[in-house]
Amino acid sequence: MITIADQLLVLVLLINFISLGTSRLMFSIRAVAAQGVILGILPGLIHPFSWHLVGITAGIIAIKGFIIPLLLNRAVRSAEIKREVEPFLGYVPTLLLGALFTALSFGFASKLPLLPEHQHYMFVPASIATLMAGFLILTTRRKAISQVIGYLVLENGIFIFGLLLADAMPIMVEAGALLDLLVGTFVMGIVINHISREFSSLDTSRLTSLKEE
Amino acid sequence: MLAALIFLPLIGALATWLIRSDHLRPMVLSLFALGHLGITFLLLIDTPPESLGGWFHLDALGKIVLLSTSILFLFCAVYSIGYLAYRQERSNRVLCVGLLICLSAASMVTITHHLGLMWVALETTTISMAPLIYFNRNARSIEATWKYLLICSVGVALALIGLYFLAYATIVAKVEPSLLLDDLMRDAGQLSSGWVHAAFVFLLVGFGSKMGLAPLHTWKPDAYGEAPGLVGAMLAGGLVNLAFLALLRVYQLCLATQEIAFFQNALVVMGLISMLFAAVFMARQADFKRMLAYSSVEHVGIMAVALGIGGKAIFGALFHILANGLTKGVLFLSSGNIHRSYNSKSTDHVRGALRRLPWSGGLFLAGFIAITGAPPFAPFISEFTIVSSAFIQGRMLVGALFLISLAIIFIGMALTVLPMVMGDIPEESEKTSYRDSFLTVGPPLVLLLLVFLLGVWIPQPLMDLLREGAALLEVPK
Repeated sequence: MITIADQLLVLVLLINFISLGTSRLMFSIRAVAAQGVILGILPGLIHPFSWHLVGITAGIIAIKGFIIPLLLNRAVRSAEIKREVEPFLGYVPTLLLGALFTALSFGFASKLPLLPEHQHYMFVPASIATLMAGFLILTTRRKAISQVIGYLVLENGIFIFGLLLADAMPIMVEAGALLDLLVGTFVMGIVINHISREFSSLDTSRLTSLKEE
Repeated sequence: MLAALIFLPLIGALATWLIRSDHLRPMVLSLFALGHLGITFLLLIDTPPESLGGWFHLDALGKIVLLSTSILFLFCAVYSIGYLAYRQERSNRVLCVGLLICLSAASMVTITHHLGLMWVALETTTISMAPLIYFNRNARSIEATWKYLLICSVGVALALIGLYFLAYATIVAKVEPSLLLDDLMRDAGQLSSGWVHAAFVFLLVGFGSKMGLAPLHTWKPDAYGEAPGLVGAMLAGGLVNLAFLALLRVYQLCLATQEIAFFQNALVVMGLISMLFAAVFMARQADFKRMLAYSSVEHVGIMAVALGIGGKAIFGALFHILANGLTKGVLFLSSGNIHRSYNSKSTDHVRGALRRLPWSGGLFLAGFIAITGAPPFAPFISEFTIVSSAFIQGRMLVGALFLISLAIIFIGMALTVLPMVMGDIPEESEKTSYRDSFLTVGPPLVLLLLVFLLGVWIPQPLMDLLREGAALLEVPK
């Protein structure tokens, strides 16, 4: 089962590169949704069966795979914006940076004092690489929606690390964190709507009236 | 009782959601705020033992933060009755519901000893405040909301990594995996030190950005500047203290491990940077609400420095939770009145506030004197305790930088505040319908009296509470 988990994690890493390299927002949202579904399947592969697990799996797939992408899709449609234009850093440089970070995270993870049973699997490097990809998207894109996508990828990276500690995290806390993510995205979706109405664009680089002279 | 503390505001949120009248809603809000303060006092007098296996435990630190949040919330709620009467152009439903949800989550932060649950509640306070910053519905407020939401969410997400690292440290150490504060403190000696170290860095950055410690404070001037006065008061006097409580929990853990010296140094450095940042940006600030935001950056810096110095300064830090929280209430509520009256928050337009609004202008002036640490107000006591503790412990450089920043901030703030309240009203000044009334002046006035009272006399029960809290944070010899 663990080998399947590792292969799924490779898929997660590939999806990072899709979000890093595409300018089409809809495509990016779908990629993050796919990542969410994979994250929902992962706990089932590494932990023994329990109802707790079933609940978490269903919750993650429903929220990360369907509800959040739906909210973002609605925001994209009502803002009538299809593409990220002129990011602060071009697609090729961000892809290269993403590749660099991924390589570094593999090197870094091999140095961490991990448990022997976690040493040979990809959870930790995949988690760090996804986190860094999220940061890259957050900092290099102009559109508000791209930034939300970056935030979601970052959260996914944290989540992968969380898979290693299912016992320490009670279900209430996991559910609470998931709910916070959902409501947070919902509020961000509303704000995006208002940004597009107010500025007739989703370009966050126009959000510059509040600056220190 | 602990459950009532959480659920009463939630019931209130539901009630204010269902009420259709914009006029009635703030009154219901105040009613629930009063109930919450009542329960808070009952809990302070008769504290229940820890329950649910250590998940819920109202200790001295939690009590101090809960008390200051609940008092401030009540005054903001009463103020909202008068204030929202001037803001009838839009529905105040989201505002009232958001405030009550935030109060519920804030109470949760103060009573739980489970770090995961505390994280969830803290994130809830962040999200529930976002729509309130956007109350004014203009381009500037949406920009502020976006920055606040994104920076705080990412910041708190970093804190979550810190918590995960802590949990992983317990797994590596082969002790029972748990995120309960008491379990972690008991097993602290055995935890894997590499992971614990990394965890503390992430927790400091995460909670530090939520608290607004420089250089993670960039969202603060925007959010405080654009939010309505009473929301600003809750942000600067309430949410800041919750994030500080989270840092106190991390500090407690550090005490139990061998990481305390590192964490203390980091706090001192971040605290001093915050104070210096505030000193630089406070001078010549043309927007008086943004100036208050930098004052908030300064005061979280003061609390961080105090925590980093340790010793007697811890008492000062805990007292500063109350002193800073209540004084920020005075400043933000009275600045809200001035903003309403002039319909501007630029110091070019706002002049002669003492003539136009003797009460609000006077309160703003008195709040300025109090927050800059002048006797006989409460912040004087806490700041004096902190700085004298720094010198007693031989931290001359820290003490000197602390005093220099305080002096620069005093001058910088005076340059903005004095022309605002003194002088003549500009002739082209816009005429608005706002007049000082009992409901808009009363709450900041009572808050100011409280700040004054605490400056001259600390009641014995509060003294005991502060001492008990400081004992929890004492560095073992």
